[in-house]
Amino acid sequence: VLHINITMIPGDGIGPEISAAVMKIFEAAKAPITWEERNVTAIKGPGGRWMIPPDAKESMDRSKIGLKGPLKTPIAAGHPSMNLLLRKTFDLYANVRPCVSIEGYKTPYTDVNLVTIRENTEGEYSGIEHMIVDGVVQSIKLITENASRRIAEYAFEYARNNKRTSVTAVHKANIMRMSDGLFLRKCREVAENYKDIKFTEMYLDTVCLNMVQDPTQFDVLVMPNLYGDILSDLCAGLIGGLGVTPSGNIGANGVAIFESVHGTAPDIAGMDLANPTALLLSAVMMLRHMGLHDHADKIQTACFDTIRDKKVLTKDLGGSAKCSEFTAEICRRVQDLG
Amino acid sequence: MMALILFRTFLTCPDACVFQMVQDPTQFDVLVMPNLYGDILSDLCAGLIGGLGVTPSGNIGANGVAIFESVHGTAPDIAGMDLANPTALLLSAVMMLRHMGLHDHADKIQTACFDTIRDKKVLTKDLGGSAKCSEFTAEICRRVQDLG
Repeated sequence: VLHINITMIPGDGIGPEISAAVMKIFEAAKAPITWEERNVTAIKGPGGRWMIPPDAKESMDRSKIGLKGPLKTPIAAGHPSMNLLLRKTFDLYANVRPCVSIEGYKTPYTDVNLVTIRENTEGEYSGIEHMIVDGVVQSIKLITENASRRIAEYAFEYARNNKRTSVTAVHKANIMRMSDGLFLRKCREVAENYKDIKFTEMYLDTVCLNMVQDPTQFDVLVMPNLYGDILSDLCAGLIGGLGVTPSGNIGANGVAIFESVHGTAPDIAGMDLANPTALLLSAVMMLRHMGLHDHADKIQTACFDTIRDKKVLTKDLGGSAKCSEFTAEICRRVQDLG
Repeated sequence: MMALILFRTFLTCPDACVFQMVQDPTQFDVLVMPNLYGDILSDLCAGLIGGLGVTPSGNIGANGVAIFESVHGTAPDIAGMDLANPTALLLSAVMMLRHMGLHDHADKIQTACFDTIRDKKVLTKDLGGSAKCSEFTAEICRRVQDLG
């Protein structure tokens, strides 16, 4: 079977151990993946500009697909945010978070099954600010036709490829008529090409109000940067937190980096206590992105069954099992699923 | 007598805040924030307690002006039919009384309102009952008078 090269970025803290767990589970599932491990800690290139190491970039440019663990931001002065550097290097324009309630991991919300798709390059985070006079500051929210069209197209393609029924544009075009208005217009235009997907629009505040009362009414949500930042974390909270939430970043030129969005947990690093679920579910997302649905389903089922059964759970999930024990249990179920 | 007020300031970003809010809202007390975040968070929190039909609101202005308001819609489909739930406007009026320093009256009216809802005998349709607005109102009046 032809194996596909994937760039693996274990990251810091618990990164290496949860990455090892994922690789073990993939092996048990006989997923046709060859892992290329790389480090992305920024270095200063010629001209003094921060960049990711050339061998990491080369691997990603070739493989196009990456799986990444948590990164710590070095304290050194002037060091850029690693996530920002990766985003700029690969033009990662879409941040995608599927939020699915995990049976066996109880939260006040059940049956959540939605996806937030956040435009990740512009909007309120363009970093364009200036002082008019002392004590008066302006911040520019940048919305462009191209970025809006691109994220809308991704959202509808995602909905179609993953058999979702609707896409909802989240906005405040009633207040921000030109910026959110442009965003909304592009979503409407793209919707015309996807008549098989239901398109709706909802004000951001109404989404939040409805989300905490009944999240089951939502399917795929697409929105500009800031709203996406807030909503994606809100939804992660609904299903139980960052320890169980997968995430994917889609870039230009076919690049995609899937990652766990929790921290490096230095207090438990190296102690075989970490929960690999978030990274594993991100890896499952990666398999679906690659069209390897059978392997994705098998691994996801094994993971969810393990959690639902409650016999072998890591501490954060309410149990007392080691990371390696939790991993071994998932491997066993993967193999049983044939 | 010396009153000791525990004052703890805590800075958080809106994404971390909403994340914590849906998992355990009891950890929060007073939250202050700029315009957009407030738009989002105020509606999120109204959702947590049951929606705009039971949420009070106040707007504070310069020169001592303050306007208290219910933030739900006009509900034209039930207007004039004695079916509406006055709770949101009532709790906003209670907020107004507190703003004016009339705490005894505020407490009495709020207690009567909350007791009525907790007892579940006389509830408007949106609260899960079948009472008319006038019946719900009369029940609260009765309790207010009983509270002396």
